[in-house]
Amino acid sequence: MIRDITIGQYYPSDSIIHKLDPRTKIIATFIYICALFINKYFIGYFATFLFIASIIHISKVPLHFILKGLKAIVVIIILTISINIFFTPGETILVEIWKIRITLEGVILAGLMGIRLILLIIGSSLLTLTTSPISLTDGIEALLKPLEKVNVPAHEIAMMMTIALRFIPILLEETDKIMKAQTARGAEFEEGSIVKRAKSLIPLLVPLFISSFRRAEDLALAMEARCYKGGEGRTKMHQLNYILRDYMTFLISIAYVSMLIIIRLFWGR
Amino acid sequence: MSIEIKELNYIYGKGTPFEKRALSDISLTIDDGEFIGLIGHTGSGKSTLIQHINRLIKPMSGTVCVDGVDINSKSVNLKQLRQSVGLVFQYPEHQLFEMTVFKDVAFGPTNMGLSKEEINTRVKTALSKVGLNDEAFYEKSPFELSGGQKRRVAIAGVLAMEPKVLVLDEPTAGLDPKGRDDILSEIKKLHTETNITIILVSHSMEDIARYVNRIIVMDKGRIELDGTSREIFNNIEKLESMGLGVPQVTYLMKALQEKNIVVEKDAITILEAYEILKELMK
Repeated sequence: MIRDITIGQYYPSDSIIHKLDPRTKIIATFIYICALFINKYFIGYFATFLFIASIIHISKVPLHFILKGLKAIVVIIILTISINIFFTPGETILVEIWKIRITLEGVILAGLMGIRLILLIIGSSLLTLTTSPISLTDGIEALLKPLEKVNVPAHEIAMMMTIALRFIPILLEETDKIMKAQTARGAEFEEGSIVKRAKSLIPLLVPLFISSFRRAEDLALAMEARCYKGGEGRTKMHQLNYILRDYMTFLISIAYVSMLIIIRLFWGR
Repeated sequence: MSIEIKELNYIYGKGTPFEKRALSDISLTIDDGEFIGLIGHTGSGKSTLIQHINRLIKPMSGTVCVDGVDINSKSVNLKQLRQSVGLVFQYPEHQLFEMTVFKDVAFGPTNMGLSKEEINTRVKTALSKVGLNDEAFYEKSPFELSGGQKRRVAIAGVLAMEPKVLVLDEPTAGLDPKGRDDILSEIKKLHTETNITIILVSHSMEDIARYVNRIIVMDKGRIELDGTSREIFNNIEKLESMGLGVPQVTYLMKALQEKNIVVEKDAITILEAYEILKELMK
């Protein structure tokens, strides 16, 4: 049950997208997300859709893997769409029941918002699906490095993220294990009233907290034993270097954004 | 209670790049009252197999029958099943959560919906079975106990449900030799006194050889060997090819045999070897 969570999961493959410098991918994803908000017409979203579809194809990540990540936010999408449908004022009224009015403008806006959200999630999950957590944090650290001059602890932030990411699967496994152990003792997690269910979480959460603290302590000790003392003077085994394919990616991103801007400016005239 | 497993298969993460076959075509019959050692290297599928016995995992194909009933049919009462098949996980002390030892052991019986008096007697019996007779333990926090004591409390938590089949996954992992011997001999005593079916999962041949009647060896999701300790330990080469071995003393006796010093018998426990050698010294 718990094993099915895919957000932030890495899908190993040898595609060119996987091989890109993590910094490139982070910047490109950022550009992609900002560019989503340039779109105003369906045609713009269509172009975005084609763009992301071809990237998915190149990345060799199976489609159902990406769609699985969408499942987690279905509720948010539905909520956004329904709020937009019911509460957008407009002139062309399609249906009117009591005080609730559904307008044509609302339906269009809801559709656009839904598409925008889905494209947003697909784009960002593509980043984590094609970049291993380690290189992702490496990239973030490198990108934050210039901010160290204004006292942003880039290395520490990256290290905390690495550790947090590293612990997600461990804690999930641990949760699974403790759940099973308590189930074997007759505990039930999915039945009864809300109060009963909340109470049934105690046998799960207490051991989970204790084991996280134990793990954290062990890790701190192990890091200190290996003379870890923060980022100062620390060298990297794998240096990040931009190469041709990264420059190409930047070119493509710029071309993509320009295309969307042109569509926005000149479509519908 | 007897257990009958037929053509059981299980794959982790099916349909993902992380797909891993854990069990392939396991067929196995365990009779009422047997004391079984389940042995195998890390990742051989031992833990996956035992979780099928009380349906913490549903099989992908194949059947598991406990006491003649297919436990994967819809009519099975899961609570009852899990009460009659007690499962002690690896490092069971990691699942302790209550304020006091007594309350923690009472968790299982309470979930079964027993009366207060019944819970009281069960907790006390369970704690005495694992050698924690002293009432001073009852009101202690389980977190201030030593490692070995924590483990006992956790095992008592399962014993208090009075299972008819007891499955223990590496109950001695991470314990010192004394703690290990104590726990194993308590389990052995439990078996002789109550004659319940016990499955002991381990990767230590020494532990297993001394206590169990029958050994099942798993490797890469398959059952490779199944028989009495003596039969199993005759397959030294096969065991070694799976990254396992036989007890040290068996190696010693084999070496002596090769030098024609001890002629007749194999020994699988130190006590047996001692008897044979004493005979020889006369």
